[in-house]
Amino acid sequence: MKHAAKKLGLMLLTMLIVSFLAFLAFQIIPGDPTNTLLGSEATPERVAALRAELGLDRPFFVRYFDWITDFVQGDFGKSYSYSMPVADMLSGKLAVTLLLAAISFLLTVIVSIPLGILSADCGGWFDRIVTVLGQVTMAVPPFFIGILLTYLFGITLHWFTPGEFVSPGVDFWASAGYLVFPAAAIALPRIAMTVKMLRSGIMGELNKDYVRTSHSRGNTRRATLYRHVLRNAVVPTVAFLAMTIADIVAGSVVVEQVFAIPGLGRLLLSSISNRDYPVVQAIIVMMAFWVVLVNFVADLINQRLDPRLRLQ
Amino acid sequence: MSERRRNLYLRVGLAITGVITLLAVLGCFWTPYDPSAMNSAEMYASPSLRHLFGTDNFGRDVFSRVMKGVSTTYLISLATVALGAAVGVVVGALTGYFGGVIDDILMRVNDAVTAFPSILLALVFISLLGFGKYNVILALGVAFIPSYARVVRSEFARHREMNYVKSAHLMGATHRRIMFVHILPNTRAVILPTLVIGFNNAVLAEASMSYLGIGVRSPDVSLGYMLSESQSYMSSAPWYVLCTGMTIVLLILGFSLVGEGLQQEGR
Repeated sequence: MKHAAKKLGLMLLTMLIVSFLAFLAFQIIPGDPTNTLLGSEATPERVAALRAELGLDRPFFVRYFDWITDFVQGDFGKSYSYSMPVADMLSGKLAVTLLLAAISFLLTVIVSIPLGILSADCGGWFDRIVTVLGQVTMAVPPFFIGILLTYLFGITLHWFTPGEFVSPGVDFWASAGYLVFPAAAIALPRIAMTVKMLRSGIMGELNKDYVRTSHSRGNTRRATLYRHVLRNAVVPTVAFLAMTIADIVAGSVVVEQVFAIPGLGRLLLSSISNRDYPVVQAIIVMMAFWVVLVNFVADLINQRLDPRLRLQ
Repeated sequence: MSERRRNLYLRVGLAITGVITLLAVLGCFWTPYDPSAMNSAEMYASPSLRHLFGTDNFGRDVFSRVMKGVSTTYLISLATVALGAAVGVVVGALTGYFGGVIDDILMRVNDAVTAFPSILLALVFISLLGFGKYNVILALGVAFIPSYARVVRSEFARHREMNYVKSAHLMGATHRRIMFVHILPNTRAVILPTLVIGFNNAVLAEASMSYLGIGVRSPDVSLGYMLSESQSYMSSAPWYVLCTGMTIVLLILGFSLVGEGLQQEGR
């Protein structure tokens, strides 16, 4: 419990630094937003009025403090280009991206864990095929897999119509059905990596002394594998899967574009093109918080699995 | 894993990487056709001896474009790795070797920065700096600094306690000499694979960014940019998509096999 509290503190500290860095970057580098909003021929009075309206006339730390307290309460500021609250722009898109990430993560876990165990357990040609296929799959960028999937399942087999996405609020299952393809595009390389990780973890454990002891006491190889080895081998894999959640979110930015899915990623890209900094800032910080949170949860799970980690 | 299998990774990896590197170097100076010359007589030509990878919607030779694209992607990734690794190694060496408060603070910041997936971080920089080839290099280079710094730091922290470092110190070697002449060469077994993985991540990130239209832009040609171009003509010229995509795959695959081989050699 004490350990969890310490980790929680560290997580909050990291979030604070993350948000501060993001705020700093978006405050310093783009220059004065009034320039973008009003153009270069604005009168000084109008600039001053706008600066006051945006709160730019106040000291840096006060502005950061205001922004972060608003952010935590779900008020992400106002978009420059659409002059509507950023929170309203995000609400529908967040659900789409979360659904995509959830399906993708589910696919990764369902496929990779049995495959990794089987690969280590069976050995032989099965293991070799999985290893070679995995090595190749890892090298394929998710967006290229996406393009191949649209070509194969969309254009050739007509299993789905690329570009005709139904929002999950309208028809959840139709939407999830469409998202399976982009989710697979993101998941495939991650599956290959997870299988490799789990397999080499199991192989490493199989060489240890306790495995030999277990054999000599009459346990079969399989019983040792499932009862003892797996518990130890799965610990690094859990940490890796947590990082996968982070990567899935980043991968969705690109893959949403391939499949024309109106999620956070597309909004992020269009906001970058429009230089709509409040939106970019909100999405980036949100994604970073998400990653930090996921890592924290993974830490906790790992400690449940491996009591030795609690002592450190 | 047997000796033979071990070398296989390295050998296959080097073979693939060699071919791609040859294409990239050649693509800097010479291509069979002008990569941007349009030819209305030969639109959507399928692969043949005249056009190895066929032609695209403007009748441009895809093979020439792929060569040009590979060299752009290659150069950007190399520059990115060079920038990221140079800064990352220095930061990692200093913090790992000296430790102390600066180390604690920098590692906290490092943790925070790694909370942003690197492609997102690169997106942030691009949105602040603007588009184009050099901004992509800068953005990716900076985005990858923490990953190198972290690896180098842990190596230096480990070596700092070793006897050879203490002996060198007793013999009056300066800190700078110990760090870069004594410790750094000893960490190559860990740093080399990290560089190779970094190169692959850079290829992937550059391709993604150019695909999204926020990286390399016309008239520069890069593989990611070509993929986004070719996606619209997927049903009429599938070879354009396939050849471009497969080149990216081979580029990444070659380097990852080399990295794998190096890692196993190091063990």
